[in-house]
Amino acid sequence: MLNQEFKVPAKLKTTSFALLGIGIVTLLAGLVFLLMKGDQMAQNRFWAVLLQNSIFFLLISLASVFILSATSLAQAGWIVSFRRIPESIGSIVWVLAIIVGVILMTIVWTNNTHIYSWLDPSYNPKNSLNGLKNFFLSKNFFTFWTILTLSLWGWFGVKLRELSVKQDSEPKGSTKVYWLNFNFSAGFIFVFALTLASTIPWLWIMSIDSHWFSTMFSWYTFASSFVSGMSMIMLWVLYLKRQGYLEIVSTEHVHDIGKFMFAFSIFWTYLWFSQFMLIWYANIPEETVYFQIRMHGPYRIFYWLNIILNFVAPILILMPRPNKRNYFVVTLVAIIILVGHWIDFYQMVMPTTVGENWHIGWFEIGIVCGFIGLILFLVSNKLTKAPLVPQNHPFLKETVIHIS
Amino acid sequence: MSIKKFAVAVYDDEAVLFPAVKKVRGAGYKIHDVFTPFAVHGLDEALGEKESDLHIAGFIYGITGTCTALGFMGWIFTTDWPQNFGGKPNFPLPAFIPITFELTVLFAAVGMVLTFCYLNQIMPGVKKHIFDPRQTDDKFVMVIEVNDQNASETEAFLKATGAEATNIQVAESDWWFGRFDKKEDYEIQQQLA
Repeated sequence: MLNQEFKVPAKLKTTSFALLGIGIVTLLAGLVFLLMKGDQMAQNRFWAVLLQNSIFFLLISLASVFILSATSLAQAGWIVSFRRIPESIGSIVWVLAIIVGVILMTIVWTNNTHIYSWLDPSYNPKNSLNGLKNFFLSKNFFTFWTILTLSLWGWFGVKLRELSVKQDSEPKGSTKVYWLNFNFSAGFIFVFALTLASTIPWLWIMSIDSHWFSTMFSWYTFASSFVSGMSMIMLWVLYLKRQGYLEIVSTEHVHDIGKFMFAFSIFWTYLWFSQFMLIWYANIPEETVYFQIRMHGPYRIFYWLNIILNFVAPILILMPRPNKRNYFVVTLVAIIILVGHWIDFYQMVMPTTVGENWHIGWFEIGIVCGFIGLILFLVSNKLTKAPLVPQNHPFLKETVIHIS
Repeated sequence: MSIKKFAVAVYDDEAVLFPAVKKVRGAGYKIHDVFTPFAVHGLDEALGEKESDLHIAGFIYGITGTCTALGFMGWIFTTDWPQNFGGKPNFPLPAFIPITFELTVLFAAVGMVLTFCYLNQIMPGVKKHIFDPRQTDDKFVMVIEVNDQNASETEAFLKATGAEATNIQVAESDWWFGRFDKKEDYEIQQQLA
């Protein structure tokens, strides 16, 4: 029971290749029909969609590294039973990081992209932080900080996985690797706080409209990516259980992930509302411009979908205890949350890049399929590389008898 | 108010208590109560307790708080005393959200604490019989209601499940107001009767 080797089911393999194929074909078609067209809006759509999807899928995968580090530091036992899933997702962060790096570098260093308004030669922020803001939003700093961040994320993801697999071949009862993992987790939390929880969303997403700023923005992005990341872990856990693996994962563990999805949906709403209410109440034109287009403009539908899918649905469906323990209900809510937060990222990026010419058409859906296929392929492949239950982990007994 | 006879078993460790609970229930005895120094995970399931309805009560209190806040603020600012704050509408929903949230939490929290106290019969002045002085200190105490016929047999059974001490007590099974010397009252009642 304790050393199950995962074999990728043929159906999953076919699905992931098919989705990946759709993604690549869509990307090529996008290159021909959108980027080469010479139409400004079509080019913006091409870059904005790539930017939004690559960042979204990178951040929800990175959430796995975060939950691993956070639970390692808290010495939590419950996660050990399905630890291999966040580890596998975390150890493919470097692939997504390379994709994001290529897209961001192309956008910043190519002359004709009109994504970031601070790249416009006429851009000159008129505020007292002139010098600092010009430094922060410069090509050189952007490149340096992006590459440093992406390499650290990718490296930590691979390292935490490596340490956990190393524990398997350690003598029984040895805690050397466990404490090493503890220290690396602390290191990652430090890096995470300086990057995702503060500077990176400002740099990558908020600076699309460089005149508008909000100090809540990074926290809000973090909450969005974290709750989607937990939903993705939930889907993997339930998929593996359905295939007959992960026998030691019980309803209690599923209940715990369900609690995370429930609690962080509320946390996301709290941050979203904190950002919204201050802007709404102060009513300063340079701030309200952000919500003008989203609340009253062409993005009205996404604004309301955002609240319904990410707050109303999870809070009402997941509130009763039996629902958090029902595999069908949590699967449904996990999908709702993933779709909802994809829409959240969509409405962060699109209004200032493509304006009222937004589409959710072949290109958007194709690129989403490509990223899903890529993640399915890489993660399922990674899961076969080590036993699904961490051997010799000090908390193994604790996780088996865990009661939520 | 009812005086009953109880078989009391004192255990040293939860690892002994769990199998004992299973054995006792398996043998068909009805457990009156189990006292532990801390919340033992899984004990409710082992005892066959059904899930508490406290959180349903909490949801109702929370909804009451939401409605109170929105209704009261809405009435004040639209009907009773409309005022213009910075050109905002008279019913500015975003501005009401923080207060609505706080009142929801307050109603749910206070209501649930009071309901919890009611369900567990806890209140200043409310007393209950203490079966063992160390029952919530460092010992695990299991109590089974018995009658005159099966008392000694039950006690022997409890002893066999690994209890470090057992005894038979005659005690008040409900709560009462006042002093802790209920046992003496009982003896006086017996003498009078």
